[in-house]
Amino acid sequence: MTALGFCDVRVSYDGNEAVQGFNDLLHSGEWLCLIGPNGAGKSSVLRAAAGLVQYTGSIAIDQREIPATSARWRAQHIAYVPQSPLIPHDMNVRDYVLLGRNPYVRHFSWETKHDRKVMSEVLERLDLASFAQRPLGTLSGGELQRLVIARALAQEAPVLLLDEPTSALDIGHQQQALELVDSLRREQGLTVVSAMHDLTLAGMYADRLVLMHQGARVAEGSAKEVLQPNILSEFYGVSARVHHEEDGTVVVIPQRTTTR
Amino acid sequence: MMTSATQPSARHNRYWFALSGLLLLVAMIVGTMIGPAGPAWWRIPLEFLNRLPFVRIDSGVSSAEWNLVWLIRTPRVVLAAIVGSMLSVSGASYQGVFRNPLVDPYLLGVAAGAGLGATLVFAFQRGATENWIIDPLPLAAFSGALIAVLVTYVVGTAFGTTQSSTTLILAGVAVTSLATSIQAFILQRNTDVVRQVYSWILGRLSSATWGDVRLVLPYVVLSTGVLLMHRRLLDVLRVGDDEASALGTNVRRVRLVVVLAATLGTSAVVAVSGLIGFVGIIVPHAVRLLAGASYRVVLPLSVLLGAAFLVFADIPSRVLANPAETPIGVVTAFFGAPFFLYLLRTRNTAK
Repeated sequence: MTALGFCDVRVSYDGNEAVQGFNDLLHSGEWLCLIGPNGAGKSSVLRAAAGLVQYTGSIAIDQREIPATSARWRAQHIAYVPQSPLIPHDMNVRDYVLLGRNPYVRHFSWETKHDRKVMSEVLERLDLASFAQRPLGTLSGGELQRLVIARALAQEAPVLLLDEPTSALDIGHQQQALELVDSLRREQGLTVVSAMHDLTLAGMYADRLVLMHQGARVAEGSAKEVLQPNILSEFYGVSARVHHEEDGTVVVIPQRTTTR
Repeated sequence: MMTSATQPSARHNRYWFALSGLLLLVAMIVGTMIGPAGPAWWRIPLEFLNRLPFVRIDSGVSSAEWNLVWLIRTPRVVLAAIVGSMLSVSGASYQGVFRNPLVDPYLLGVAAGAGLGATLVFAFQRGATENWIIDPLPLAAFSGALIAVLVTYVVGTAFGTTQSSTTLILAGVAVTSLATSIQAFILQRNTDVVRQVYSWILGRLSSATWGDVRLVLPYVVLSTGVLLMHRRLLDVLRVGDDEASALGTNVRRVRLVVVLAATLGTSAVVAVSGLIGFVGIIVPHAVRLLAGASYRVVLPLSVLLGAAFLVFADIPSRVLANPAETPIGVVTAFFGAPFFLYLLRTRNTAK
């Protein structure tokens, strides 16, 4: 069953097409990773799906097109984690996660018992319950990343969009964050679209990679199919070595070109 | 509306609400008791009790003295409370929608617009308007303030291609400069009214009447009501326009409604009290330092504490330079600033 569908999605900024007709169909529980150099249009695809930029074409959830006018409906079905979330340092963890219930709370109404229950469950699930009362300013980078994912989970949306979820994290927290997303999609059937720069990690976790360049899709497939030295050199301008591990992991290592 | 289901630290907040309410009550009682003339201070609360139904106390206040208390002091105290609460809650709301702690309710041109409106009235024969049925001064100040903010909003949103609020703030700066320059030009040509305009700009509650209270009350009630209804959404805006949108909030609409409501209320109180500075910044921040930064708490507490603050500030304004009035804007800054610094210091070291 198709969980998320893009049909000829185009995004323009001041007449420049940042996304030139993006098409894709994702099945429920699939993890699609958008890769490509800076400015390739990865973030724009995510921002279009999150309703943050104007686009033409259509994006559909469970074969139902997202109505352009209903931000609430969209937020009930798509949770978006930006690359660098704005963290209000004096807000506490509970209140922050509770913001994820915003799409379900009527305009001038308040969170219900059910909303609080969902919030508590998410805190438990992500091991955040012990610092429920802590202000965000006291959390570390890894904890904050988990917290932002917690807020997205509180939205109870079937689709999760992650823009560079690991770019600000050390290698251990990168692994933790991605393992978390991976287990969530396996347990809850979350459909995930992420944009990532770390090609090795992208290939390890995603079911499918889509390589974008100047707003267009230029390659797609498994890590093995997309992460090839000639493709990477053509679109990233990088000379890289690609290792294939025994377990199927594809490792991309940039190569030093000056002599040692 | 503040039930335990909506507020994580409800008990803590109830404590602050009770304390602020009590403080406001004390402020208002003390406010009616002190003044340069009139009956002995301790007789006044007794007389108020006496005026309540089914209570008979001989307070020894003559009816002339009562008239002074009821027709001059009481409306002044009530107006101070209304103005203080309105400026504080508007300031808190502006800080919320612009996510900028330095913003006050005069940001988008309210002050300059009202100042220009008032200057026009003073310059064009203030003396001749004394027999008019409606005093044109508050009307001109109110219209000037509203027009200035509307111009700011139309210009700011027309030129701003993104959802960013920076364009709006810059448009406010431009409109403020424009209105101020026109005002300066008019004052240059009518130097005889400079003193009157200056005194108006510093703000005053001395001429408050029950008529003033009746004039502003509908606007203030409407505006405060709308702002309080938005207090949960102001918390959502704290994560930024993009994330608030992705969470299903129509950020532009919330910002528009909050700005309009805050402007309407601010313009109304500015029209009767002039430009009382500092309240709109200091009170919301004091509330944040005391009770936390969530707008669910900041907005209602700003209403209560803003009212109490201005009622207290008005007392020295009456008696300091007796028989002259000290402008209330001077008092708010003079007493407010050190208190604020004290809070800032103790709270930051406590953390």
